Amino acid sequence: MPATIETPKPDFTHTPSRDGDRVIQFREALREALSEEMRKDPRIFLMGEEVAQYNGAYKVSQGMLDEFGPERIIDTPISENGFAGLGIGAAMYGLRPVIEFMSWSFSLVAADQILNNAPKMLYMSGGQWGCPIVFRGNDGAGGQLGSTHSWCIEALYSNVPGLKMAIPSCPYDAKGLLKTSLLDDDPVFFLESERMLGDKAHVPEEEYYIPFGKAALRREGSDCTVVSFGRPVHFCLDAAEELAKEGMNCDVLDMRTVRPLDLDAIIESIRKTNRIVVVDQSWPFASVASEVITQVCEHGFDWLDAPPVRVNSDDVPTPYAKELEAAYLPNAHKIAQAVRTACGRA
Amino acid sequence: MPKKTAYTAKIEYLQILDENGKLDERLARGTLKDDEVIFLYEQMTISRHYDEIAFKLQRSGRMGTYPQNKGQEAGPAGAGYAIRQHNPEAWLVPCYRENLALFLNGLPMEKILLHWMGDERGNQIPDGVNILPISIPIGTHPLHAAGLAWAGKYRGEDRVAITFFGDGATSEGDVHEALNFASALKLPVIFFCQNNRWAISVPSSIQTGSETFAQKGLAYGMPCFQIDGNDIFASYKVVKDAINRAVKENQPTFIESLTYRLGDHTTADDARRYRDPEEVEAWVGRDPLIRTRKYLESKDLWSESKQKELEAKAKEVVDAVVKKAEGIDKPTTDDIFDYTFAELNGQLIEQKQTLRTSSLGTHPQQEGLQTHA
Ligand SMILES: Cc1ncc(C[n+]2csc(CCOP(=O)(O)OP(=O)(O)O)c2C)c(N)n1
Ligand SMILES: [Mg+2]
Repeated sequence: MPATIETPKPDFTHTPSRDGDRVIQFREALREALSEEMRKDPRIFLMGEEVAQYNGAYKVSQGMLDEFGPERIIDTPISENGFAGLGIGAAMYGLRPVIEFMSWSFSLVAADQILNNAPKMLYMSGGQWGCPIVFRGNDGAGGQLGSTHSWCIEALYSNVPGLKMAIPSCPYDAKGLLKTSLLDDDPVFFLESERMLGDKAHVPEEEYYIPFGKAALRREGSDCTVVSFGRPVHFCLDAAEELAKEGMNCDVLDMRTVRPLDLDAIIESIRKTNRIVVVDQSWPFASVASEVITQVCEHGFDWLDAPPVRVNSDDVPTPYAKELEAAYLPNAHKIAQAVRTACGRA
Repeated sequence: MPKKTAYTAKIEYLQILDENGKLDERLARGTLKDDEVIFLYEQMTISRHYDEIAFKLQRSGRMGTYPQNKGQEAGPAGAGYAIRQHNPEAWLVPCYRENLALFLNGLPMEKILLHWMGDERGNQIPDGVNILPISIPIGTHPLHAAGLAWAGKYRGEDRVAITFFGDGATSEGDVHEALNFASALKLPVIFFCQNNRWAISVPSSIQTGSETFAQKGLAYGMPCFQIDGNDIFASYKVVKDAINRAVKENQPTFIESLTYRLGDHTTADDARRYRDPEEVEAWVGRDPLIRTRKYLESKDLWSESKQKELEAKAKEVVDAVVKKAEGIDKPTTDDIFDYTFAELNGQLIEQKQTLRTSSLGTHPQQEGLQTHA
């Protein structure tokens, strides 16, 4: 490996169509992004529990051990704190680690490394030691995994300055955002969802990159702005479909990254709709939704005709029982009701 | 300058009942009496059947993910029985693969099924039973055992804490901090590590560079032992001795129980994809149930008809347990509120009364959801 390698700047101008018939799974899109970048950059390696021999606990890294070998696809002991910290060290010595947490819930035992070390390293070394590392894994309720396994870490972790956080909602974005993450010089927290890894959609075979901090407008309407990211975007679209039948039309904004947050896109939308609902799977207290609404009030208050409304998970630990878990999470029904409230039609 | 050896250590390995059912009479002295062996054989057989039924319940959609205990019954049986006989007040701090130790110490059998069916009430432990909830974040609970033991010592009790965890868990930092605390603060903790050779698909040879898992406790300055974990005599004896040391000398013990996970990691796994069938076959030959039965037969304490009776009893017991678990009413929305704080407060009071939770627009009558009257 050459002593120093220049990391290329991602080309954001190339934006292949989202339509097409190359239908693959979300997990395959992730694998494609990883593999494409790994072929070009020998500094990138993937490390985590079950990523190599087992082909990934959720099959994201299927076949990658065969292609890249055990030096670059590395199984670890069950030591999240250990391999997170090791990754940080490797990043500081010029490598580009991708650290997979089987679930973000398990990253909690590595909290000091990922929150107290990685995002602060650059600052605390006076700009000297950057930490280009990607932490990725499943976030949110995976479906009856119980309270300790069902964490939404976005609210808690995005509070920390110095990290970036991408939360794709579809296979196309999964590939483009992960590729951008791999070229990024800062620590990137990349949140996937066990419930979406099997989702299928067209993903271009060619290479493309999606910029951080640029929301995507998934549906257009002038009555209410609905803001979300990750899996709940789909519930927002379902709700919007439902509401359209009642004559209420929504702008549905998929933020794609919450750090950085594309506030401009939100303000632009509320200038048209004057109403906003924010949907976020985190708990309500100090959630990402709280932050979005605060920023909207700070920067777009004059455009609002009604108090902002948010839909979060309930303010209790994630229930284990199937029905209770379903009742606890945001869903299309709750979102539709929230939009009606925002529009004075509840 | 003197040059000397600053430290040397050995790890003792203990097996009393070998895989052919042959007992080392000398080592067995003062351990299990014949009626106790029969009792534990019965309990292991019932536990094995419980496992099979749990597996079937999962396959037929009546239960969530379940981790089978199959093949590992003897370690928890001997350890659990030693606790029950010699320190019945002890705290048991489990992970998820030692059902029998819990059952032997008063956990109602339907609780484990209820838990894996997705009902938090499976972890509601009856009064007077000193068992902590099943712990899924790997390796985090041995610190709780150290804390319980510390509290017991503080209260002037002779209560030990025994914690169960896997080979894989020893890679978590928390486990090492627990070992250090237990030793440095002289706490009556028994660390029972079930080395079943696998952590999902990761073999224990990749998990650690140490020759044994037992030696991990040495660095923290506590007595460490390796035992044949498929031998109820060995696990009973080593835990009984550990209880003595804990109570008399406030000394922790680290035990590596060598065993094998005969089933998949959980019902969500298929171990055939990464395990050599010959390895599994070899361990089937070391099955704790088979060797215990051979021993009993060699002493004319067991017969085909007794076996038939026992199998019928196991079926009866487990059928009743399943009935009980499935007969319990589904959890209600009240649970969400009642279990979040010791006392309901603030907005939650109103939310409980109105059944409108903090996310706006909640519909009280979610499909399939029972609400309070
Ligand atoms: C902190 C944490 N990391 C990862 C996991 C996922 N996980 C569940 S069980 C398991 C393997 C545990 O192996 P071991 O400790 O040997 O126990 P065994 O299952 O073999 O009894 C893993 C990695 C978890 N539950 N918690
Ligand atoms: Mg194991």
